[in-house]
Amino acid sequence: MQTEIILSGFGGQGIMFAGQLLAYAAMDSGLEVTWMPSYGPEMRGGTANCTIIIADEEIGSPTVLKPKAVMVFNIPSMIRYEPLVVSGGVLIVNSSLMDREITRNEIKSLKIPANEIAESIGSKRLANMVMLGALITKLPVIPIESLEQALDDHIPDRHRHLLDSNFQALREGSVFEELKLIEETDN
Amino acid sequence: MPRELLKGNVAMAEAAVRAGVEAYFGYPITPQTELLEWMSHRLPELGRVFLQAESEVAAINMVYGAACTGVRVMSSSSSPGVSLMMEGISYIAGTELPVVLIDVVRGGPGLGNIAPSQGDYNQIVHGGGHGDYHSIVLAPSSVQEAIDLTVLAFDLAEKYQAIVVVMADGNIGQMMEPAELPPMLPIKSEYPEWAVRGAKGRDHRILTSIYMNPEDEEKTNLRILERWNKIEENEIRYREYFLDDAEFVVIGYGTAGRVAFSAVRSARAEGIPVGLLRPITLNPYPFAKVAELANQAHAFLVVEMNTGQMLQDVQLAVAGKVPVEFYGRLGGVVPYPDEVLNEIRRISHEPIAVGVDPRRNWMQRLKTEIS
Repeated sequence: MQTEIILSGFGGQGIMFAGQLLAYAAMDSGLEVTWMPSYGPEMRGGTANCTIIIADEEIGSPTVLKPKAVMVFNIPSMIRYEPLVVSGGVLIVNSSLMDREITRNEIKSLKIPANEIAESIGSKRLANMVMLGALITKLPVIPIESLEQALDDHIPDRHRHLLDSNFQALREGSVFEELKLIEETDN
Repeated sequence: MPRELLKGNVAMAEAAVRAGVEAYFGYPITPQTELLEWMSHRLPELGRVFLQAESEVAAINMVYGAACTGVRVMSSSSSPGVSLMMEGISYIAGTELPVVLIDVVRGGPGLGNIAPSQGDYNQIVHGGGHGDYHSIVLAPSSVQEAIDLTVLAFDLAEKYQAIVVVMADGNIGQMMEPAELPPMLPIKSEYPEWAVRGAKGRDHRILTSIYMNPEDEEKTNLRILERWNKIEENEIRYREYFLDDAEFVVIGYGTAGRVAFSAVRSARAEGIPVGLLRPITLNPYPFAKVAELANQAHAFLVVEMNTGQMLQDVQLAVAGKVPVEFYGRLGGVVPYPDEVLNEIRRISHEPIAVGVDPRRNWMQRLKTEIS
C-alpha cells in the first residue's frame, strides 16, 4: 500500500521543506518514504515541485503519473496537476493565491485561504504549514503529532524561534479542514 | 546506526568518507554537485584532502597521482565531466591502480541537460578510455544501495587494482530516502607493495602506463585480463523479484529498475506471471543468469533510460532463444510505471514480432505515444 503526494508551487513558498517534513515524519513513523524534487534550473519565483511517496513496503518508482494527493500553491501547478489526481484522491488548493474553481467533482478537494490564515498567525511564509495541516487531516497518512515532532527535530536553526508559529500553522490548517468536514456533514 | 533521511549525492559522499577516502579531487557539475559540496567541508574537517580542480581533466590526473601512493582516492562527476576524464581513466587502468569514480548520469549527448539518464551505459560499461581494460560498474537503485555500493567500490578497487565506477543517475543523486550509513572506518595504515611513498632504503618503484616494448605491454594486458577473469568469477551481483515462476522477465537497472519494479508488482496483481531481474553489477554483467532465465521465459522486456544499450547485452545472453522486447525513454525523461505496465501487458497478451530489431517497433510506439 502506498500513498503518493505532489506538492507544487513557486520556488520560495516552502514547497521542498514541507515535502521533506512529510518524509521525515513518515520515516520516524517507521514507514518507507521517498522525496523526489524537481531539480531543473530552478530559482526563487520559478516553479518547484516535489513528490513524496509513503508506503509500508519497498518503494519502486519515486515518481508517479497519477498521485493520490496534490497540494497546489499557484495556478500553473493547478493546471498541471488537477487533472492528474486519481479518482477519489485529494486536492488542496491555496485559495489566497488563485480564484480558480476546482472542476473535478469525483475527488476530495479543499480550497483554503492559507496565506490569510498564515498572516493571522504572524507570517504568510507559514502558508506551507497551513496547507500541510489541512492535507494531513484530509489524508491521514501520518498523525499530525509526527509532523510536529519532525518540525522540532529538523527545523533549521535560523528558524527555530518560529517553531511555535509553525505548530500553530499546522493546527490551524488542520482545524480549517475539520470545520469544513463538520459543515459538509451538517449540509 | 539509525536510519537518516539522506539525499543520494550526500549519502554517497559520506559513505566514501566512512570507507576511508583520503583524497577527493573534482569539479562541480549538476546533478552531482552536492557530492562535491559535502566533501568540501567534510574532508578538511577530518584533516583529509579536498581539492576543487580547474577542470575534470585536471581532477582525474590528480586522482591518478594520489592513487599511486596507495591511499583510497576518488572523484565524482556527471556525464560531460566524465567524458573529459576518459584519457586519465585509461592511464589509471594502464597503471593498474585502484580508483573509485561516481558518475551521476544526466541527459545527453553533448551538453544535454541535467535530468536523469542512462545514456552513458556503453561509455562506462563497454568503453570509455582507449586500450584494453574493464571498469567494474555498480548501478544503485536506491539511496541505501548507493551507500552500500560506494563502500563496496573501494574494497573491490583495492582487491583487483581496478577502476570501480558507481554509475548512478540524476534521480538517485537528487532523491532523499531513509538510509543507514556505515560505521566510520579508520584510515588505513598499511599500503600495498606497489605504492610509491618514498624510496629511502629500498630500490625505486615505477608506476607507469608506458610499455614501449610491445611484448611488455602484451604481458600487462594479460595481467589486467587475468584480474578481470577473477572479477567475472567472483563479483557478479543482481537482485531478483518474483522470478521463480515468471514466464515474462523484465530487466532494468538503477532508476529504470525500480520503475520497472513498480510495474512488475502491479502486473503481478493483475495475475500476469512476470518477474524482474535488476543487475547491480553492469560490468561484470550477469550473462549466465540471463541465459538461464531464457530457458524459462517466453519473452524478455528490457527497460532503460536510453536507446537500448544494455539491450544488446541481454540479446547476447538470450542468444535468440526467445524474443527480447525493449522500452526506453530518452534525453532525461524518466518513464512512469504505467508505461512499463502497458508494455508488460502487451508482451504477455499480444504476439511479439520476431526477426526485427525490437528498437524499430519501440520507436514507432514511442513516437505515437509522445506525439
